[in-house]
Amino acid sequence: MSAAPTTTRVEAPAARRVLAQARFEALGLLRHGEQLLVSVVLPVLALVGLSLVAFPELAVGRWSGAARIDVLTPGVLALTVLSTAFTGQAILLGFERRWGVLRLLGTTPLGRGGLLLAKTTAVLAVLTLQLLLVGAVALVLGWRPALAGVLPAVLAVGLGALALVALAACVGGALRAEAVLALANLVWVLLAGFGGTLLPAAALPAGPLLSLLPTAALGDALRDAFVLGSWNWPALGVLLLWGLLAGLLARRLLRWSD
Amino acid sequence: MSQGASRPCAVELHDLTRSFGGTTALRGLTLDARGGEVTCVLGPNGAGKTTAVEIAVGLQRPDGGQARVLGRDPWGAGAAHRDRVGVMLQDGGLPQAVTPQALLPHLARLYSRPLDVPELAGRLGIPAFGRTPVRRLSGGQRQRVALAAALVGDPDVAFLDEPTAGLDPHARREVHTLLREVAGHGTATVVTTHSFEEAQRLADRVAVVVDGRVAALGSVEDVCLGAGATGLEEAYFALTDGAAR
Repeated sequence: MSAAPTTTRVEAPAARRVLAQARFEALGLLRHGEQLLVSVVLPVLALVGLSLVAFPELAVGRWSGAARIDVLTPGVLALTVLSTAFTGQAILLGFERRWGVLRLLGTTPLGRGGLLLAKTTAVLAVLTLQLLLVGAVALVLGWRPALAGVLPAVLAVGLGALALVALAACVGGALRAEAVLALANLVWVLLAGFGGTLLPAAALPAGPLLSLLPTAALGDALRDAFVLGSWNWPALGVLLLWGLLAGLLARRLLRWSD
Repeated sequence: MSQGASRPCAVELHDLTRSFGGTTALRGLTLDARGGEVTCVLGPNGAGKTTAVEIAVGLQRPDGGQARVLGRDPWGAGAAHRDRVGVMLQDGGLPQAVTPQALLPHLARLYSRPLDVPELAGRLGIPAFGRTPVRRLSGGQRQRVALAAALVGDPDVAFLDEPTAGLDPHARREVHTLLREVAGHGTATVVTTHSFEEAQRLADRVAVVVDGRVAALGSVEDVCLGAGATGLEEAYFALTDGAAR
């Protein structure tokens, strides 16, 4: 074995290590069957299924009068972000702690900070692909988004993903893996159905209160962006606040081993 | 010993203390390891071996005492330091869904001066199961992948927590040969083990950890002499009887 230290060490740039890890993580996410089921298949099924029926009413409040598919699609995009950034990451984190993966990678030159950065980059990269796929299916189904809404939507997805990843770190970084699995799936079901994600908070009882949830804020910001072509600053503010609070909480709660 | 004593200390753990709630893991553990040597750390379960290793690799912070690895405090040491340290944890730490064939080249990319991955994997017999996801590997196969992961960065210091646990005799012999070669190239190699045979065969120096302290440290002969024993096994039991939990 060529174990002799024949060359001097020239440390690889931190960005290169982070990008290598991000690529590794992203490929892992894309190859993970269960993960793809939750983050792609279920959102696409929700998109197709809800576009074929007239119930429940989605075009409510300021979106009334809009085509059903135009109000539905932003909600499905929000559901995709919830699936990948929260449910998938929380479960992955819980089991990686159990297996000792986080501790081992923390001892490599990547380090803990680099690992978190790589995971976030991987989530954003995978989300981009997923959103493009869901968007393409929606276009086939007749979705006509307001082009002026692309920029606010990108910002909303970015803020939403960061807030939900931070929440995933709070759950996946603190509880036992089995508990994370159960809780993350339960939260997904509740937030998908009653968290202002697919159905606008305005269509649900206690709508004003629900609109403070990160999923409702993300859904509303995307609906305003793609239906009305406008910026929903209060919703973006809610997402920013969730991101900051959950990030601070994650710093306290995140443990690197089970 | 005189040759070893002239080598620089790569690992210096001095008077380490560490408690978890009401349990005291380390009670003033002092240990050093030198470049080019294999230091085997023996001790009963719960003696503090793994805690000492985890402090040395920066995964835990001691409550008291001082840890220096390659001249630096490992707690919070930067990427340049971690680039020179190889770690094999007791729980492996391998992602379960990936194959060794994908994992090892990826880990090599994180280091500035990686070893030749196919050559290293070949030495450990990994190609035979290289396309199988880690979760489907046997315990011994996982051990070999974890050992390769620890050595792939061509470390100046390697901490290996029970690297031969679960290996068959042929694989164990190959690992011993590999570790002697690694040490021969100047790496300070710290190996925790429960095997007297392994320590006897591998170690330039042996440390016997009992109840959070090092009860004996030196060559196998020195440890035996100090314990008034004729062999390492006898010395071990003389030092640890009554302390095993």
